[in-house]
Amino acid sequence: MITLIDLHKAFGANRVLQGARLVIPTGQSMVVIGGSGTGKSVLIKCILGIVKPDSGTILIDGQDVAKVPRDAFLARFGMLFQGGALFDSLPVWQNVAFRLLRGSLATPKVEAKEIAISKLRRVGLSPDVADRLPAELSGGMQKRVGLARAICAEPEIIFFDEPTTGLDPIMAGVINDLIREIVSEMGATAVTITHDLTSVRAIADRVAMLHGGIIRWEGPIADLDSSNDPYVDQFIHGRATGPIATIR
Amino acid sequence: MIRFLASVGAATLAALASIGRLAMFVADTVSHLVRPPFYLREFGHALLQIGYFSLPVVGLTALFTGGALALQIYAGGARFSAEAVVPQIVAIGMVRELGPVLVGLMIAARVTSSIAAEIATMKVTEQLDALVTLSTNPMKYLTLPRVLAATLVMPILVAVGDIIGIMGGFVVATERLGFNAASYIQNTVNFLEPLDIISSLAKGAVFGFIAALMGCYFGMNSERGAMGVGRATKGSVVAAAVLILAANFILTEAFFSA
Ligand SMILES: Nc1ncnc2c1ncn2[C@@H]1O[C@H](COP(=O)(O)OP(=O)(O)OP(=O)(O)O)[C@@H](O)[C@H]1O
Ligand SMILES: [Mg+2]
Repeated sequence: MITLIDLHKAFGANRVLQGARLVIPTGQSMVVIGGSGTGKSVLIKCILGIVKPDSGTILIDGQDVAKVPRDAFLARFGMLFQGGALFDSLPVWQNVAFRLLRGSLATPKVEAKEIAISKLRRVGLSPDVADRLPAELSGGMQKRVGLARAICAEPEIIFFDEPTTGLDPIMAGVINDLIREIVSEMGATAVTITHDLTSVRAIADRVAMLHGGIIRWEGPIADLDSSNDPYVDQFIHGRATGPIATIR
Repeated sequence: MIRFLASVGAATLAALASIGRLAMFVADTVSHLVRPPFYLREFGHALLQIGYFSLPVVGLTALFTGGALALQIYAGGARFSAEAVVPQIVAIGMVRELGPVLVGLMIAARVTSSIAAEIATMKVTEQLDALVTLSTNPMKYLTLPRVLAATLVMPILVAVGDIIGIMGGFVVATERLGFNAASYIQNTVNFLEPLDIISSLAKGAVFGFIAALMGCYFGMNSERGAMGVGRATKGSVVAAAVLILAANFILTEAFFSA
């Protein structure tokens, strides 16, 4: 279980998180929605320790993440970055198998490559992509390589930052199914950021909406349409008018 | 007046703060030397990139400098009929000063800039964050191999530069200035002392350390966006060049002032 208590984070005068609280139950799929620039990516980077919150506490299974040994802690996580963040000096398969090629999980090269190719297949990429460099792939393909890398070492907790942005509807469906499978078959905890409501409904057990630096609403997916929260309603119906200001 | 003092104070504090950050960066880098795991493949790659692929530029720089040096010393020496000192002065000038400094500056141009641009790009595209989430420490994976490789390989580059520089002088002296080949070599070998060579290689090691360190430091601290990468690259080369020249002065003082 991941518990966020009263997280604050500002970049200079830009106060991004202003007391966010959230509980993410183990083995469930939490989807975080919210407008562009509200701090969704910053929120999950705080959990991973890539961004240091100014104040607040993050507990994982009751332990304060600021006080646990970093390497063992990070070994439990996988992360898909919004921009892919592939290592452009390494071929695709070495990106995917990065964790398996060094450190505590070191696996023989041949075996690591086989695992990488099987993960690539799961995200809808053919084996001949494995030896190419990331720069030779399209944006959507890079995203899927990033996804394969995030799930390669079968982590317990996986963060997906906009996994389906830039994918065609069919491929988006494949990825939604994959995330769902990872949660229900591998028992992983997934936290997904997405703007795509089809994805939200396909992936989520629970939904949280970030707005104004706090979690405005949180609840099971079944309640999303009957939340009676004006912010959530405006968001899911894509209305230009409502409590969320749109500057024109 | 007070405003002037305040701005001097602020600048001093900022300078001290950046010296402190740099010192911490150095301590962090060195500490990874004794903490496994070690990324041997990265180290090998850095040796190749920094060492082997720098040989052409080092060779050309030294060759032309040695040649020009011989011409200048001949012309200058002629003013008080001391043309005969060309082999000795070329040797000492190349080995003690020009070899290490010019190789150091060429490495700052070639290696520091590429390290800074590469790491800064990795930073702005979140590749450094991705490394962290994959349980890999960027200091260990990126900084240590490069700094170590540069420190170890630069003495070799400097030695190559020294030799090629002396050869450049030799070619010009024997082809253009009428020196006898055998006695030119004889004079060079007899004149150089062990300390000359030791100081040359030691300077090389220090300059290599500075060059790679500045690349990594500015890359890791890059700001966001393409402009951040550009600024990091520019800053790293300027800092490396200035620090190399300053270190050269300090080392020369230490080796030869007595
Ligand atoms: N490293 C940083 N330095 C300065 N500001 C930052 C940094 N990272 C994020 N921000 C700012 O924090 C705010 C939230 O950014 P974040 O990337 O979390 O948005 P987001 O909710 O993920 O948006 P999107 O849906 O467009 O990805 C933005 O205003 C952004 O400018
Ligand atoms: Mg984002």
